[in-house]
Amino acid sequence: METLVCEGLSKDYGKLRALDRVDLRLEEGKIVGLLGPNGSGKTTLIKLAARLLVPSEGNVTICGEVPSEKTKAIVSYLPDRNFLPEYMNGEELVAMYKDFFADFDENRAYEMLGSLDIDLKMPLRKMSKGTKEKVQLILTMSRKAKLYLLDEPIAGVDPAARDYILRTIISNYDENATVLISTHLIADVENVLDEAIFLKQGRVILHKSVDEIKESTGQSVDEYFREVFAC
Amino acid sequence: MKWKFSDDVPIYLQIIERMKVDIVSGKYESGDKLPAVRDLAMEAGVNPNTVQRSYAELERQGLVQSERTSGRFVSIDDQKMKELRKELAKDYIEELFVRLKSLGMDDLAIKDAVNNWEDE
Repeated sequence: METLVCEGLSKDYGKLRALDRVDLRLEEGKIVGLLGPNGSGKTTLIKLAARLLVPSEGNVTICGEVPSEKTKAIVSYLPDRNFLPEYMNGEELVAMYKDFFADFDENRAYEMLGSLDIDLKMPLRKMSKGTKEKVQLILTMSRKAKLYLLDEPIAGVDPAARDYILRTIISNYDENATVLISTHLIADVENVLDEAIFLKQGRVILHKSVDEIKESTGQSVDEYFREVFAC
Repeated sequence: MKWKFSDDVPIYLQIIERMKVDIVSGKYESGDKLPAVRDLAMEAGVNPNTVQRSYAELERQGLVQSERTSGRFVSIDDQKMKELRKELAKDYIEELFVRLKSLGMDDLAIKDAVNNWEDE
């Protein structure tokens, strides 16, 4: 079963074509890396799937449905910036997520917040950048969604927390969910990826399994990326 | 032991190799249960599908048997053990030859060096 399908998907911002006729099919049970340099269209693609943007041409579907309120119930989206009310603390955020999302698992969230020693009484605005990101990711991964859209989930956190976060992702998604992770920290994520997508100037120039990339190039995805996008 | 992976070989192959070494070295004995897919994935920091693929291949090679409900178990007899040891040794020897040849040594020089190594 395919979780995310894009057909001829394009998005224009005025004269700029941010995404250009993208065809993609992501199967369930896969962790997929959305990789590309700055400005290659990663966030645009994710926002189209999250229904924050509407396509200029082509279409995107999630489990066969055009993005709508209905798909929002099965898509767990982590934006690339702070999106939560700054005055709320951990407890309040958990309560809010529980209110908003039927698939939110409160116990799971508390367990993860606990293992990262996050003070549940501290408002978001007093947390460091990295801690905020951890809280946001924990909330996102505590839903039992069909599709997780993670836009740069590890950029702001230290290497030890990165490991924890990646493990969180591995242990929390289930076999019929798909995880799409956009990042340029390829070396950190490539061990957990099934597949990699390379985006260049709004186009998909590669979509392959990580094993295939390693077998055919004898390089890690990170090395291969550096070769393909050499400046 | 911590898991470390090299960049240029698919991870599922590296897990297979590590499991084979663990079997030959006796860390896993016949009848021992392998870690659950998700547990090993967490421990090694890799994708569960990758572990699944490694296990499937070990099963295909007859080194592991899966019981429907209770998990996967190492299944090896003396004969298979011998073959496995030979297979792993072959890989290491090949690597040794490749490396030493890149240093400019020929087959004879390499064999000499190996013989002398024992004395040292």
